[in-house]
Amino acid sequence: METALSHQKKPLGLTSEIYSRAIVDSLKKLNPRSMARNPVMFVVEVGSVLTTGLWVQALGGHGEAPAWYIGTVSLWLWFTVLFANFSEALAEGRGKAQAEGLRKARKQTMAKRLAHGARHGMPFEVVTSTVLQQGDTFLVEAGDVIPADGEVIEGIASVDESAITGESAPVIRESGGDRSAVTGGTRVLSDWLVVRLTAEPGGGFLDRMIHLIEGAKRQKTPNEIALNILLAAFTIIFLTVCVTLLPFSLFSVEVAGQGSAVTLTVLVALLVCLIPTTIGGLLSAIGIAGMDRMIRHNVIATSGRAIEAAGDVDVLLLDKTGTVTLGNRMATEFIPAPGIAKERLADAAQLASLADETPEGRSIAILAKEKYGLRGREVNAIAATFVPFSAQTRMSGVDISAEGTLHRRSIRKGAAESIKAFVEQQKGEFPVAVRQTAEEVSRSGGTPLVVAENGEVLGVIHLKDIVKGGIKERFSHLRKMGIKTVMITGDNPLTATAIAAEAGVDDFLAEAKPEDKLNLIRDYQRQGRLVAMTGDGTNDAPALAQADVAVAMNTGTQPAREAANMIDLDSNPTKLLEIVEIGKQLLMTRGTLTTFSIANDVAKYFAIIPAAFATTYPALNALNIMKLSSPESAILSAVIFNALIIVALIPLALKGVKYRPVSAVQLLRRHLLIYGVGGVVAPFVGIKLIDLALAAFGWA
Amino acid sequence: MLKYLRPALSMLLFFSLVTGVLYPLAVTGVSQVVFPSKANGSIIEKNGRLVGSSLIGQQFTSAKYFWSRISATGPFPYNASSSSGSNYGPLNPALMKTTKDRIDQLHSADSTNHNTIPVDLVTASGSGLDPHISIAAALYQVPRVARERHISEETLRELVHQCTDPRDFGFLGEPGVNVLRLNLALDDIPPSQGV
Amino acid sequence: MTLIGIGQIILYLGVLLLVTKPLGTFIARVFQGERTFLDPVVAPLERLIYRVAAIDPRKEMNWKENAVAMLLFNGCGIVFLYLLQRVQQVLPLNPQGFGAVTPDSALNTAVSYVTNTNWQGYSGETTMSYLTQMAGMTVQNFLSAATGLAIMALFIRGIARHSVATLGNFWVDLTRSTLYILLPLAVILSLVLVSQGSVQNLSSYASAQFLQPTADTSGTRVTEQVIAMGPAASQVAIKHLGTNGGGFFNANASHPFESPTPLTDFLLLLAETCIAAGVCYTYGVMVGDKRQGWALLTAMLLIYVIAIVGLYAAESAGNPVLNGLGVDQHASALNPGGNMEGKETRLGIGPSILMATASTSTSTGAVNSMHDSYTPLGGLVPLVMMHLGEVVLGGVGSGLYGMLVFVIVAVFVAGLLVGRTPEYLGHKIEPFEMKMASLLILIMPIAVLVFTAIAVVTDAGKAGISNPGPHGFTEILYAFTSQGNNNGSAFAGLNANTPFYNCTGAIAMLIGRFWLAVPTLALAGSLARKKLIPSGEGTLPTHTPLFIFWLIAVILVVGALNFLPALALGPIVEFFMMPH
Repeated sequence: METALSHQKKPLGLTSEIYSRAIVDSLKKLNPRSMARNPVMFVVEVGSVLTTGLWVQALGGHGEAPAWYIGTVSLWLWFTVLFANFSEALAEGRGKAQAEGLRKARKQTMAKRLAHGARHGMPFEVVTSTVLQQGDTFLVEAGDVIPADGEVIEGIASVDESAITGESAPVIRESGGDRSAVTGGTRVLSDWLVVRLTAEPGGGFLDRMIHLIEGAKRQKTPNEIALNILLAAFTIIFLTVCVTLLPFSLFSVEVAGQGSAVTLTVLVALLVCLIPTTIGGLLSAIGIAGMDRMIRHNVIATSGRAIEAAGDVDVLLLDKTGTVTLGNRMATEFIPAPGIAKERLADAAQLASLADETPEGRSIAILAKEKYGLRGREVNAIAATFVPFSAQTRMSGVDISAEGTLHRRSIRKGAAESIKAFVEQQKGEFPVAVRQTAEEVSRSGGTPLVVAENGEVLGVIHLKDIVKGGIKERFSHLRKMGIKTVMITGDNPLTATAIAAEAGVDDFLAEAKPEDKLNLIRDYQRQGRLVAMTGDGTNDAPALAQADVAVAMNTGTQPAREAANMIDLDSNPTKLLEIVEIGKQLLMTRGTLTTFSIANDVAKYFAIIPAAFATTYPALNALNIMKLSSPESAILSAVIFNALIIVALIPLALKGVKYRPVSAVQLLRRHLLIYGVGGVVAPFVGIKLIDLALAAFGWA
Repeated sequence: MLKYLRPALSMLLFFSLVTGVLYPLAVTGVSQVVFPSKANGSIIEKNGRLVGSSLIGQQFTSAKYFWSRISATGPFPYNASSSSGSNYGPLNPALMKTTKDRIDQLHSADSTNHNTIPVDLVTASGSGLDPHISIAAALYQVPRVARERHISEETLRELVHQCTDPRDFGFLGEPGVNVLRLNLALDDIPPSQGV
Repeated sequence: MTLIGIGQIILYLGVLLLVTKPLGTFIARVFQGERTFLDPVVAPLERLIYRVAAIDPRKEMNWKENAVAMLLFNGCGIVFLYLLQRVQQVLPLNPQGFGAVTPDSALNTAVSYVTNTNWQGYSGETTMSYLTQMAGMTVQNFLSAATGLAIMALFIRGIARHSVATLGNFWVDLTRSTLYILLPLAVILSLVLVSQGSVQNLSSYASAQFLQPTADTSGTRVTEQVIAMGPAASQVAIKHLGTNGGGFFNANASHPFESPTPLTDFLLLLAETCIAAGVCYTYGVMVGDKRQGWALLTAMLLIYVIAIVGLYAAESAGNPVLNGLGVDQHASALNPGGNMEGKETRLGIGPSILMATASTSTSTGAVNSMHDSYTPLGGLVPLVMMHLGEVVLGGVGSGLYGMLVFVIVAVFVAGLLVGRTPEYLGHKIEPFEMKMASLLILIMPIAVLVFTAIAVVTDAGKAGISNPGPHGFTEILYAFTSQGNNNGSAFAGLNANTPFYNCTGAIAMLIGRFWLAVPTLALAGSLARKKLIPSGEGTLPTHTPLFIFWLIAVILVVGALNFLPALALGPIVEFFMMPH
């Protein structure tokens, strides 16, 4: 079975080089101007600066608490910021490494510019690729690096596109049709091409890819903005909680007549523990990692928004060929006419297909060989003349003259109507049984090919669309997720119904013309649905532009690639399913870490509140249900837990929450249990363990 | 802005008339006709004098009367034109003091009574005008009043029973003994029925 | 806890559920402009007001126009009520000859009634003339409640509608709320109250002879009991129906002339919660999915029941300080038992805590017992109910739209958890919605905490405290919690009738009402404009038990976490300081 459904993922690719660069970057990111983009972590940084100041003051002997204590709290607050920065740097680092590789491919090249309107063979001038203008034509020959993105207007050549796809097998690029786009930075291996420049240098596909991967153009998505607003609101509330706690504490000291007011160090520690630092620190990494996951699936998304939209998709429009079924129809059965031996039919079918290089033809030869042991015969040995398929006859076949005789065998295969004409012309008869057989095959979703020898009809070859293995399960998963699958096919409704049933799609559009696709998308969108589709041809471009998630095949035409918001470098239409999953993963990761982050606050309150007011209201120690060893240890443990949990969750942020094809309610239950209830429980355990460790080492 | 001003002002005026004048006056009119006594405060008259309202409690300190709950109204207890609770928090020493004072007074009024004191008798009511005490609180005081007034405890218990407002529908709220009615009834009993 | 006490709680909840559907159906008809059985009587009155006010009832407005109308109308209400108090001495219906209310108290009171808070720094029977009570307080009791219902109706339409800019007409919703819903119920309830003994007259205060003369604090002999009178029943009825809560008398619903019997107490309790419960059903009807309304009500009632049980347990256990003094705090057939300080004998513990929970769950704030004298955990419950934003039932109208803001936050996070950008009833939740929702959840805690902080560090603030220790802190926290949430109940020991508390309180109340109402309308406007997203398998249903549980968790986390440190320094530490 083809590997269309296998996950062709590149490895995570975390090299030590990436780690060390991430460490350096996380320090660079301490720059307040870059921190200010993330309100939650900015507050932590301000808190870190404040406690550092308090520590310096304490070193001078005027501290509000022992210097070692303030210093330790401060240190861990800095770690909190750095860990968050590190996660972002790490996520970016992988992209950077990839971009580096791409940049190598983009290095300045020379271009053979042709005069306007010039054709192959005319003189050219050699210029650097940077002077090329949009609309210029240039020549590339074997061994040349294509200087910029363009459209082939003349010629055919094999091109090595491994620089962008990572795939070493060369691809064919030719003028006209769906394989006319070439990408700057790829290399021509054989022959030549005349290309018209479609993009300014620096604005080409490769450049855009580099930008995207590096995150230079990364904009926050609407959902990320909405979540950021919520997190900012939490931050503001908790800031108010902590700021007002100082007057509350002063008042309490006054009425209790004992103890001292809560220290600024403790207030900052409480603040940092309460604000959602876990999600705040990892949010940016989650977004970058989402893009990165796409890249590892060899999909380039032009915006993070497209990835989010992928998670929301309601309707998938899938081309039948290549997505639902394997690319070609295959012969699966020989059905002889009444009174004809199966072997004879098979023999004739094989002879008729020997020179037929189409996949259907080959599959007939293979079926004959496998089922009836008929070996492929040497074409020359049997003195045969092949009759290729022609638009007039709509048949193909073979004429064999037995050596030295006048006896001539004329074998033809073709659609029922054509063969009928063929046999009737030779005074033969077209049996009713064969007509019925042909209709049955059609009804079952297959294509009947009728075989005739001279005036005699021998039987029917059943050509069948082969539905990809595992696709039915995949579609039923999608259904559970609430995604409707619609198959688009040029087949007649009869055939389409049968294939739709076999593949388990929810709906289909038969005898589809390109404009039908566009209308279908508009219809669904009018109903408020989000539509995803794949496409490669120029005539797909309008539909791609209309779809909410549009994946263009990298082998597709330039217009198709321009209209899409994602490009699949593997040119694998089934990838759409993975894209949806990645989109969902991205959102789920945000949701789970937000829930976890806020749920953590419960335990932190239990750790910090009794500690903060230990001197004023010793009675509050009843809330110290974790039995933390001392007020200092309690606060340190909470701060350390808060910092370490960010590190602990970096892998989850980068990898994403595992996607499961279950209903929304089941998913919610599962995630609330793990990240909600877990989020409440985990810090109780974690803080207690850190407290035990601190106590064991006598650090607090 | 101006286009909203006319609706705003005319609405305010209209509703002030409807809900602020017509509605209360209509309810007053109906009430005065249908429930004249209730609408005017359930006033109790005795010998042509107003002696109180059956819904408003009074302060009693004499050992001959059943005592009401503590009243926290100012400047004197059971000030029916200034309702108020004590608003003492549960740990407030003033609460402790008031409670202890009341316990001491109860004990000094009847040193022979060593029963536990029902809680409503040593706590202030929310309104400061509570007309009721619990049945337990009334029964607690029966021996003292019986001795002071020379009335049999049995007669008193019967009287307490008569002055008890039961739960509404036998289910809602708590039964309460109307202290003013009870004490008025006490005053009507000739002492000859004594022990 | 007694069997009969629990029985009363169950009876109350049962009756509440029983009236939810009919009342909700009726309210839906009112807001959808349909014919009701009241039309023959009320419709002419309704048409009259539209003609007088030059309103075209069929003309709908967008959120901004509605917001301007709402603000202007309420602004006029504040000015009018302020002036009325300031000149009451020269106006009729003032048999006790009360003078003008002080400027700061008049401002606080005007704001208080217009914002549906009904916080009372003053004492009714010693301050306000009958005219002020009627044409001022009673009117705003109706209109502030009607404003809440109107905003709610506009908000519901925002959710029920798609791809339109208008939400309805504030004037029409206001008028219909008052004439069809509040006024008829108030007439019936006030007459029942009078039949039980609530006063309803315009006479001067009655003067009775004490059976046993007493003495005032200075030792002067007092023989006369002056009994306050007035048109109380008509105001009491609407103060509960409209979740206003401002007592005619100082002692509010514990005063025997406001609520003379357990039956009236039960009816007032029902009155202050029935509309809030009913509108949940209305919501379900108006958005075309009744399950949504029931889901909200279920979430509300679950929190409500937990609060009731907690409060009942705390108060019926009594005050441990009194243990060992020979006081009997055990409940029996003859003795209500429990913590009776500040509670009325005829009510006992059960009805008292029911009213306390209902009053602080809704924005009523009417009390039939004194919260200041509750046990620490007993006092904690009303505080927490307000901290949750009064969305458990909540104020008429404001409770539901407050709850829906929590729903939006819950949907947002839950949507992420299931891997879809979040949507609620076909509306995508986007940055603008989150901005408004965030604003709505953060304004109240900030206002409450900041004002409390100011009060505890200023002498003017500390001067009002009447109880020592952490309880004093709770009094201040409670005061601003109550005003910031437009509740109006109090730890009444706090002397809040001072320029400091009157002015800070007025600001807190204005923020709590209008700073929330405007983003609420903006949110509605934005939702109404959105395209409908049809629901499918991947859509997270918002009526399932799981979602209800999640919604409760969000309410508790967002509401309670913010106030935990403050509560730790008030009722929580007080609890641990109690003798055990």
